[in-house]
Amino acid sequence: MSILVNKNTRLVVQGITGNAGTFHTQQCVDYGTNVVAGVTPGKGGLKWENSVPICNTVNEAVIQHGANTSVIYVPPPFAADSILESIDAGIELIVCITEGIPVQDMALVRHKLNQSSVNTRLIGPNCPGIITPGQCKIGIMPGYIHKEGRVGVVSRSGTLTYEAVWQLTQKGLGQSTCIGIGGDPINGTSQKDAVQLFNEDPDTDAIIMIGEIGGSAEEEACEYIKKHVSKPMAGFIAGASAPKGRTMGHAGAIISENGAGTAEAKFQSMEEAGVKIAKNPSEIADALMTCYSG
Amino acid sequence: MVKAQIHAGGRGKGTFTDGYKGGVQLCDSPEKAKSTALSMLGNHLVTKQTSPQGRKVQTLYFTEGCDIDHEYYLAVVLDRESAQTVIIASTEGGMDIEAVAEKTPEKIIRVPVSLDMGLKPHHCRLVAFKLGFTGTQVKELSKILNGLYNFSIEKNTELIEINPLVTNKEGSLIALDAKVSFDGNALYKNPDIAELRDTNEEDPKEVEASAFNLNYIALEGNIACMVNGAGLAMATMDIIKSYGGEPANFLDVGGGANEEQVTAAFKIILSDPNVKGILVNIFGGIMKCDIIARGIVSAAKNVSLSVPLVVRLEGTNVEAGKVILKESGLELTSADSLAEAAEIITKQVTA
Repeated sequence: MSILVNKNTRLVVQGITGNAGTFHTQQCVDYGTNVVAGVTPGKGGLKWENSVPICNTVNEAVIQHGANTSVIYVPPPFAADSILESIDAGIELIVCITEGIPVQDMALVRHKLNQSSVNTRLIGPNCPGIITPGQCKIGIMPGYIHKEGRVGVVSRSGTLTYEAVWQLTQKGLGQSTCIGIGGDPINGTSQKDAVQLFNEDPDTDAIIMIGEIGGSAEEEACEYIKKHVSKPMAGFIAGASAPKGRTMGHAGAIISENGAGTAEAKFQSMEEAGVKIAKNPSEIADALMTCYSG
Repeated sequence: MVKAQIHAGGRGKGTFTDGYKGGVQLCDSPEKAKSTALSMLGNHLVTKQTSPQGRKVQTLYFTEGCDIDHEYYLAVVLDRESAQTVIIASTEGGMDIEAVAEKTPEKIIRVPVSLDMGLKPHHCRLVAFKLGFTGTQVKELSKILNGLYNFSIEKNTELIEINPLVTNKEGSLIALDAKVSFDGNALYKNPDIAELRDTNEEDPKEVEASAFNLNYIALEGNIACMVNGAGLAMATMDIIKSYGGEPANFLDVGGGANEEQVTAAFKIILSDPNVKGILVNIFGGIMKCDIIARGIVSAAKNVSLSVPLVVRLEGTNVEAGKVILKESGLELTSADSLAEAAEIITKQVTA
């Protein structure tokens, strides 16, 4: 019923003893996520909240506790190194929540991920995480807005994803998996990667893709969609009203002076690829329901 | 030469708001330099890269003129798409490089440099020979390029550009003007760069917002918005527009805003005299709705709110948040959905 994460996911939390790490680990444990270990260098051997074993390294978490997925709440100066640590430890899926990682650090991470010997997938950074409703929640999204079902959701935004998911849930459409790929210009999983995973997942019947102005991630996804996707799809692009040349919060959300990456161009690519578009952010679920009834 | 120092390109071809032309001028006498300087100082320079209001010129740069033989362009860019550094060079320097790229793309030289390998001598030779340099010029170019590349890595630049890089009559290379933009995420590594920040070049409200870690951008409209998350903030602006309103700003209060930040956000919003109404849209994930509600209540009382306020809360602890707003006695409208919130505030502002 899902992609990437499910009840077999064995999660290690990097930065488990920090404020954000502690708060969100508790939320994820309460949701039912199988948190097998945490990592805080120097605190190995202790237990987090008297329950989850703390390791000094991710390597230890993999060997001693069988971790296969990691989530990162480490501050920006150390986050890229934490990603590289997880890759070297053989983690299959890394979810990096941290916002504000230097672009150069992420460029080096990207190089590492591109190496043919590396089989790790990265989601993020600067993202809300990934959730398979009813099975596994990794990240900072509120669990209760989700509902088990068969719609896959991928988005560059955090809270705008919640908005779309909440619309689906209120209309009775549950989700197979929801992925926030993050707003940074250099990230791990792209819109296209996520759409492809949903397209190949037998338990996903329909897909929602939410983008933002800037870059070409949505256009690349649309190229793929045009050729390979026959599942019903709907989408939205945030930033139609944004002025040119200004970065709107997300480092990736900038329209270049030559007009590339505008909302208009992205909406057009989506329409050409057969994706139903929501002209308005409050009509994302409605747009999907014009071609999919659940 | 007298050069207006503003954070925007295209100065030479720019026009001041009083009609005076040219932000970069060659003067043939000290008297001419003085009168030129007086015409520029305090004046607003409008270029291709500024808003129609232009930028106030508060600093000037006086430099010797140079006997130019040819103008080149040279830059090192961290390319986000390919996640590597790229050297960009052209024999068509001194002008708008975007225009060169558009009209004569064959005149743009691109040489990718992988970040893990770094800049090698062959990269420099390739650029130098493609630019048509010979003899000692090749060595000079290598030296300049190494300087650019090392600076870009050490100081985390997104772009470092020399435009124009010129050859004089003797054939020597001279960097005449430069522009650098830095990765804001990496400023913690480079306190010397952070110190160079010139807040005179920024909107005062944006400076104030950044002091509270708020992401604020002033716009032209009259409906202020306060939202958590950049994507939702943009979507909120979009929906205001679709109901016929005009957003006064982009404001992302971030994931974990506290009462102090919310209060600061309200003050900044209200310092814009154009604001005729406020839309608060919070989808609590990390942020709990009861905390934001308390922030709204205390802020609204603090700043004696005088314009309509519409609040839409959803997410973590939403019920508690709604109760706090209701019991506060504040004059505000609660909305259940984004569409409803946008519709109400647009009506209230245009009424």
